[in-house]
Amino acid sequence: MAKNLILLKEINTPGINTFEVYKRTGGYRALEKALKTMTPDEVTEEVKKSGLRGRGGAGFPTGMKWSFIDKKSGKPRYLVCNADESEPGTFKDRYLMQHIPHLLIEGMIVGSYALGANRSYIYVRGEMMYVIRILQKAIDEAYAAGYLGKNIMGSGFDLDLYVTPGAGAYICGEETALIESLEGKRGNPRLKPPFPAISGLYGNPTVVNNVESIASVSWIVNNGGDEYAKIGIGKSTGTKLISASGHLKKQGVYEIELGLSVEEFIYSDEYCGGIRNGNKLKACVAGGSSVPILPANLLLKTAKGEDRLMSYESLSDGGFQTGTMLGSGGFIAMDETTCIVHNLWTFARFYHHESCGQCSPCREGTGWMEKILHNIEHGHGTQSDIDLLLEVSKKIEGNTICPLGDAAAWPVASAIRHFRDEFEWHVSHPAEATKKGAAFRNESILV
Amino acid sequence: MSDINKKIEFSPSAKALADNYINRFPEGKKKSAVISILHLAQAEFDGWLSPEVMEYVASLLEIKPVEVYEVATFYSMYYTKPQGKYVFEVCQTGPCCLNGAEDIIEYIGKKFGIKPGETTADGMFTLKPVECLAACGMAPMMQVGMDYHEYLTPAKIDELVEQFKSENKISRAFC
Repeated sequence: MAKNLILLKEINTPGINTFEVYKRTGGYRALEKALKTMTPDEVTEEVKKSGLRGRGGAGFPTGMKWSFIDKKSGKPRYLVCNADESEPGTFKDRYLMQHIPHLLIEGMIVGSYALGANRSYIYVRGEMMYVIRILQKAIDEAYAAGYLGKNIMGSGFDLDLYVTPGAGAYICGEETALIESLEGKRGNPRLKPPFPAISGLYGNPTVVNNVESIASVSWIVNNGGDEYAKIGIGKSTGTKLISASGHLKKQGVYEIELGLSVEEFIYSDEYCGGIRNGNKLKACVAGGSSVPILPANLLLKTAKGEDRLMSYESLSDGGFQTGTMLGSGGFIAMDETTCIVHNLWTFARFYHHESCGQCSPCREGTGWMEKILHNIEHGHGTQSDIDLLLEVSKKIEGNTICPLGDAAAWPVASAIRHFRDEFEWHVSHPAEATKKGAAFRNESILV
Repeated sequence: MSDINKKIEFSPSAKALADNYINRFPEGKKKSAVISILHLAQAEFDGWLSPEVMEYVASLLEIKPVEVYEVATFYSMYYTKPQGKYVFEVCQTGPCCLNGAEDIIEYIGKKFGIKPGETTADGMFTLKPVECLAACGMAPMMQVGMDYHEYLTPAKIDELVEQFKSENKISRAFC
């Protein structure tokens, strides 16, 4: 069994989705501790000390984000949980909410206390309506226990917590688009600054945090930020939920201590158990579809020849030339039978579909990339298309209001960087490349 | 299809739910409830959002119809045209394709004799490839109404189709 399990410690306890069992296994102790023995700023301080970084993908320190909230203006403050999990390859928040909903509810109450928010929201992607019903039941149970509502546990702190759906838009995972959506509008991201901590929901100070980040808060309050910081490696403190998909023997959600080697994660029986059918590993998108794809050899070892670790720093070692990012922890493994062009085309289609249309480089560029990739994949590409594709991606990158443009550009740029021979083979061998199941093979990158 | 002469109004239970959604937001911020209420409206009124339904939702929220329309046309879960009673929303993004999503989409299309985006002649089934539904480790998968169906195989599709045929009702998600 994995050590230091924090979030999924009780995942196999029967009935852990109910209030009674959650409470019996130590749940809501952090709430009691925070409300009875700590000031809101002390709670924030512990989260800062923990080194917890935003688990949605950006990796920004959660405690620091909390400390930016404007407490002086006297405006109402909001804590909003971003449960709009939509990054391809990522399904850990859904798993957590579905199985241990109270972990999120408790974290939301503690976090709201730290921020001085009296009204908070969990924004869940609309497709997960059944998760919303699970969360609503958990919220009702917390109200019945006196953990939500007026004067919680006699502390004088009031909180109303609501769960509310999105309606199908990847862009609403971007925090300002999510806020627009909560206001009942299209999910068009806002220009920053002002940041939500100053002007967020209804123009009021708002913190938006990922599900996993908020769910980590109770353990931090119970055990102290310093204890949390002892887990993990360097600035990658604590544990991370990894969503493992693709060609792995055992796909699923795993909680790992940050710093675990990529090799152990893929091949040990404790985690993914290796590649299906005993195949060789060809490539991997290690942190959700937006991060650069790596060939297997560079996934397992850095360019310097060091073992690659599951941490923010190790995965990004080598920058975008030879590294990638931990991102959301969406770990998509591709074996030797995978066609990189085909896979990239499906991602390009995704970003084109999900672009909100506000910025021209993204609205137009994602469409171009999808079209060019469609041509190459279907045997109508030319050699110059490959450079055109790269050029379009460079014109999108850095030229949009929100990071969706970068997220669309990076997979394209990295796939061409590492698999250019495969794109060229598609163009020069259209008949072979368009056969069902065809995949270009370069032994030197397979592991 | 809606009868255009029929007055569009929520049933008492749906109206109570709509009020509950509105009450989740602060005084004067009724518009925030538009996302939830559109889901409910779609489930109540034949599985799609007609202009009349959108006007009704606007009147409930005291906002302009265009404010409802711009939301209804932005988010992928809303339909502004009639759909089959059961919409097979099959994920077609990368991770699902690695594990056979395209074969499943092809199988469903052949079984129903329709192309992606089309509805069977009897109005029962629509095939709609969609983008990532956050179930990548359980691929291939699809959503039908409230439910996720994972680890799909042709046999599982056959079973579900028989089940839906015997239920024969509009299946849409709302909270």
